[in-house]
Amino acid sequence: MAQRHSFQVGTGLFILLGFAALAYLATQTTSLANYRQGPSYDIVARFTNIGQLKLRAPVKVAGVRVGSVAGIALEPDKLDARVTLSIDDRYDKIPDDSSASIFTSGLLGDQYVALQPGGSPTNFKGGDEVVLTQSSMQLEELIGKYLVGGDAAKPKSPDAAASGDKKE
Amino acid sequence: MRAFPAVRGSGKVADPDESDSMNVATGQQDEILIRIRGLHTVLNGKTIFDGVDLDIPRGRVTGIMGPSGTGKTTLLRHITGQLAPDAGEILVAGKSVWKLDREALFELREKIGYLFQNSALLTDFSVFENVAFPLRQHMKLPEELVRNIVFTKLQAVGLRGAAQLMPSELSGGMIRRVALARAIVRDPMLIIYDEPFVGLDPIALNQIVKLIRTLNDTLRVTAILVAHEFSAVRRVADHIHLLAGGKIVADGAPETLARGATPWTRQFFSGEADGPVPFHYPAPDYARQLGLSA
Amino acid sequence: MLAKGLAQIGACGLFLVQILRALPRSLRYLRETVRQVFFVGAMSLTIIMICGLFVGMVLGLQLYHTLSIFGGTAALGTVVALSLYRELGPVVTALLFAGRAGTSITAEIGLMRATDQLDAMEMMAVDPLAYVVAPRFLAGVIAMPLLACVFNALGIFGAHLVGVNWLGLDSGTFWSNMTSGVDVWTDVMNGVWKSAVFGAVCTLIATFQGYTTPPTSEGVAYATTRTVVFSSIATLAIDFVMTAFLM
Ligand SMILES: Nc1ncnc2c1ncn2[C@@H]1O[C@H](COP(=O)(O)OP(=O)(O)OP(=O)(O)O)[C@@H](O)[C@H]1O
Ligand SMILES: [Mg+2]
Repeated sequence: MAQRHSFQVGTGLFILLGFAALAYLATQTTSLANYRQGPSYDIVARFTNIGQLKLRAPVKVAGVRVGSVAGIALEPDKLDARVTLSIDDRYDKIPDDSSASIFTSGLLGDQYVALQPGGSPTNFKGGDEVVLTQSSMQLEELIGKYLVGGDAAKPKSPDAAASGDKKE
Repeated sequence: MRAFPAVRGSGKVADPDESDSMNVATGQQDEILIRIRGLHTVLNGKTIFDGVDLDIPRGRVTGIMGPSGTGKTTLLRHITGQLAPDAGEILVAGKSVWKLDREALFELREKIGYLFQNSALLTDFSVFENVAFPLRQHMKLPEELVRNIVFTKLQAVGLRGAAQLMPSELSGGMIRRVALARAIVRDPMLIIYDEPFVGLDPIALNQIVKLIRTLNDTLRVTAILVAHEFSAVRRVADHIHLLAGGKIVADGAPETLARGATPWTRQFFSGEADGPVPFHYPAPDYARQLGLSA
Repeated sequence: MLAKGLAQIGACGLFLVQILRALPRSLRYLRETVRQVFFVGAMSLTIIMICGLFVGMVLGLQLYHTLSIFGGTAALGTVVALSLYRELGPVVTALLFAGRAGTSITAEIGLMRATDQLDAMEMMAVDPLAYVVAPRFLAGVIAMPLLACVFNALGIFGAHLVGVNWLGLDSGTFWSNMTSGVDVWTDVMNGVWKSAVFGAVCTLIATFQGYTTPPTSEGVAYATTRTVVFSSIATLAIDFVMTAFLM
């Protein structure tokens, strides 16, 4: 009987360990990890082109993650991308004249939103808009502009814009 | 000591008519429990049975003897539905074994205790758990009761002290006795012993002979006994069939057979090499195989 | 040769049908299934963890050097995680499983066959398919995805060890790139489904080989070898099919 019992305990521990590993993988190493954990406030930024920016992409200040992209939508009239940034409440001292840019981590990595702190004495609060924004740099455009020459960029850019729009 | 027919596990309640026909020994001495007609079997091109007719009466101990390799074990496998014959009919309690579906066959087997020639203990389980296995699988009994039944059976074969050993820690004779305890643990109404005396010392052999006799006398258990030890078989069997060359060559009460009325019995019981019962497995000419012929 | 192979596959398929039919009956032997999860799962943990760690470390090393050519070492976490979750985790776990648990299942059932234990169960009105085979099959289906998850977790740890602690990649970059590049459903869970299928296939082959082995010591030896060979081939072939058509 004791022997049987130890099997059951062992099996239980094994299944527990397996599910713990699964839970770890699912919540800590995937985009689920980017879901906002604690309370946060939303600010809005408009970009002419967001490139491959995705929902739940990180928002960083000085390289440190302060929040995530909570929404991406196309402004119907201006045809701008309206990106909602969800910032953790503990980062409530970000000057409201900070600018937002879309960067790529590394050459091939994913895109994220970087906030460059400004000098204003007042800080962002929920519902504010980021006035200064810089759109995503498209690799194709860069290559077109600097390597191949200006002409090559022309036929490329509508494509890039189209793909950016489709992503909305 | 009878088992608890009402406490059958998992709703497998036997049909009352059928369990009557199987379990209740009637006064009629010659009611037939197993009827075999025209049995033909060919294994690997070798004819094992060539028209065997055999009746096994209820409530009696029927001995089956015969030279090694004639098909005694094969016959038992036919009776219990483990191996299909090529032709012939095998009726157990009025039902053709080979026409039963799985459920019905298993229901039948629950009432049969079978001692395998090579014991076939479950090597993962201790002696105790081996003997308890049939109980645990089919009856939801309280642990206390399981213990009592198992120890009673182990006591009967003289191995109560070995209950916690694993099969690999037993001697050949002990393994036989554990397998025997397992075969009888559910108090089946038909017990099939395939060579129960192999590897037993004279004391153990005597005890097992007595055990088989007691089961039959007190509970009217039907038994089929396959064994080579005539001195032991004659003490328990009511009737002996001698199987040789794919046929039943002689049958009768032990004493009648021992008197050796036919050439078959005379040769078999005196142990002579020459006679109608072949000692050799079919083989090409000896001299030629040794390369001695011209 | 080809006909023989096809016949084997056909027989294996029929065996699967038999197992599936025996599954409801095997629910009575839940305790046996629990015991088997322990044997095929918990007992394989050591080898899975060690191999996961090393595979992760090697991946970290190799990919770091390859990525540094493009200046893309920041993507190390993402690339390691994706290759582990989608391919290496399920596949390598299945191969190790076939070698560690599959062989012991085959040898165990093969010896039960050779020593008449399966026949003895039949005679005690216990269906060996429900009592012996189905619990091992279930245990394989349950244990394999869990083992693959443990393998993956250790792999990530190994890659982090090499990439961050040894080669000096920034820990934040490693994690944040991974978390933005890996998706729960398309990456993690796909790997889990895959390994459940591998678990079913590997234990099917192992139990089939054991159940149908010739009752000799040579027969058991061959059956054990065939388990490893067939399981490995089947795992890789099914992996390709699933990757190409289902994911
Ligand atoms: N699975 C099998 N395949 C082919 N032939 C078999 C098989 N099993 C048994 N035989 C053959 O059937 C014959 C009868 O075997 P069986 O085991 O019934 O003999 P037996 O009468 O029980 O002998 P023993 O007294 O030695 O136990 C033997 O000649 C054997 O070669
Ligand atoms: Mg025999």
